[in-house]
Amino acid sequence: MSHRKKPSNAHGSSQSTSNAGPTATQEEEDDATFTQPSTMQVQKGLEKLTPAQVDQKTAEVVQYFLVKDQKKIPIRRADLVKHVVKEYRNIYPEIMKRAARTFDQVFGLKMVEIDPKNHLYILINKLEPVTGASPITNPTNPKLGLLFVILSVIFMKGGVVRESVVWKILKNLGVDIGEKHEEFGDSKKVVIEEFVRQRYLEYVRIPHTEPVEHQFRWGQRAEVEVSKPNILLFMGALHGQEPQSWSQQYQEAHRAPNSSQSGTSSQR
Amino acid sequence: MSRQMGDSHRRFLQTMMANGMVDEQGAKRVYQYCCEIHNTQHAPDKLDDFIETINSKLQPMFMNIRKGMSEESGDQFYALVNMAETHVTRMTSDYADNELELFRKTLDLIVYSEKGNASSTDILNSADTMTTKKLKKSETQQLLNRLVHDNWLNEKRGEYTLSTRCIIEMEPYIRTMYQDQVKVCHICRNIAFQCQICENPTCGIKIHNPCVARYYKGKAEPRCPACEDFWPHEIPEVRRPRSQSRK
Ligand SMILES: [Zn+2]
Ligand SMILES: [Zn+2]
Repeated sequence: MSHRKKPSNAHGSSQSTSNAGPTATQEEEDDATFTQPSTMQVQKGLEKLTPAQVDQKTAEVVQYFLVKDQKKIPIRRADLVKHVVKEYRNIYPEIMKRAARTFDQVFGLKMVEIDPKNHLYILINKLEPVTGASPITNPTNPKLGLLFVILSVIFMKGGVVRESVVWKILKNLGVDIGEKHEEFGDSKKVVIEEFVRQRYLEYVRIPHTEPVEHQFRWGQRAEVEVSKPNILLFMGALHGQEPQSWSQQYQEAHRAPNSSQSGTSSQR
Repeated sequence: MSRQMGDSHRRFLQTMMANGMVDEQGAKRVYQYCCEIHNTQHAPDKLDDFIETINSKLQPMFMNIRKGMSEESGDQFYALVNMAETHVTRMTSDYADNELELFRKTLDLIVYSEKGNASSTDILNSADTMTTKKLKKSETQQLLNRLVHDNWLNEKRGEYTLSTRCIIEMEPYIRTMYQDQVKVCHICRNIAFQCQICENPTCGIKIHNPCVARYYKGKAEPRCPACEDFWPHEIPEVRRPRSQSRK
C-alpha cells in the first residue's frame, strides 16, 4: 500500500479545482521545453550517478509503461518526464534505451513511438501471434471483440467509414448504441471515447455536414498492433470465403509493413 | 547460474501479465504450451526452474512470479506480483486515495479478526473514521464490489476475506505492517488468515483449513502439532484439487 504524501490532501476538498484549466497547456510547454540531452550531457549525467540509481529509474519507467499499457493508454513523453524521469531528465535517452532493451529481452514487447510529433509511445507484442487455443482461458476483454468488428468494417470498406454505417452494423450484431448494453454500458462512449483514447480508432468530423457527421479510420495503435491478414482470415471464416477473394484488401494486407512486423525479429 | 530467457519464457510471462494469477495445473499447461510453440525442451517437473529463470530477469524490475496457496481450497497458485516500494503500483493507479484508505481499513479489520474476515457492516462503519475524503455508504458498497471484481477481496454472505492473489501479492507488506499480529500457518509456514487456532492459551498456533485437512487425515485423535493438546475443531475433508479454478 502506498503512503504517498500528497500535500493537497491536507487541505480538504476546496483546492483541487483551481489548477484544472491550465494543465493541458502546461504539459505542452513542459514537452516543448524538454530538449533531448546531447550524448555528451548524457555521458556527464551518468558519471554523477551510481549504476543502482540508473537501474532503479529504469525499473520505474518500465513499471509506468506496463501499468499504462494494461489499459492501452499511450504514454506521453511529457508525462513520463514529469511524473517518472523527473530529475534524471538529463539521461533520458539512456533510460529509454535500457527500458526498451528490457521490454525486448524480458517481456517480448517492443516500445514504439506512434506519434513522433507529440512523442507518444505504446508497447506492442513481438512474439508471433499463435492461432489455436491457449491452454488457459485468457480473460479476454469482450470490448476487444467489438473493436475487432469495427476495425474489420473500416478495413473492408477501404480505410474510412461513416459512423452511421458502423452503428447500423453493430445494431445488426445486437449492440444498439441508443440503448445501455449489459456488457459495455454506454457502447457509443466505449467506441468514440475509449477506443479513440487508446488510439485504436480515429473519429473525425466530416466537413460541411449538417447535421454533424463523423467518420472512423484506424488509429495509430491499430496500425502497428492489429494484423490485417488476421482480419481477412476472420472475414473469410465469417463469410465462408477465401481471404484472397477480396483481392484489393488481400494485396493491402500483405504489402503493409504491419503484416511483417512480428516476423522481423531475425534472431529466432 | 544465469540461464537465458527465450521466447518460451517471454510468452509465459505475457500470459501471467494478462491473467495476474494462474493455478498450478494451468501454469503447467501454459509451460508445456509455451515450450511447444517455441520448440524448446519441456521437462514437466521443471516448472519452478523455468519460473526461476524468468524471476532472475524480473527481479531488477521489482517484479516476481510467486507461488501461494488458496486458504479455502488449499490449491497452489502462481501470481505475478509487484514488489516496488509501493507494493500496489497497479492498485494505486486504479484506486483513488480515499478508496485506498478504505481498503487499508478493511485490511486492518481482517488482520485483527479471529477468522480472517470482515463483515460489510464493520467495513461500512469504519468508513466513518476516514481521514481522506469520506465515502458515502453507497460508494463504499460500490468500492467493495469493485475490489471483489478486481480480485483483491472475496465475498461470501456479506463477509469479506482477502483473495489468494491479494495474499500472495501483499504478503511482504502485511508482514511488515502487522508484524505482531500476523501469524504463519504451523504446517505450511505461509501467512494465515482463514484458519483454525489452537485453544491452549499458551500455544495458540494457527493452521489453514486445507492444511488441517491434510495434516489430520487418517489420524484417530487430532492433537496440536506444537503443544500436543487435543485439537478441538472440526477436521475438514481433503478437497480434490480443481482444475481451471480462478480465485
Ligand atoms: Zn498452511
Ligand atoms: Zn497448541
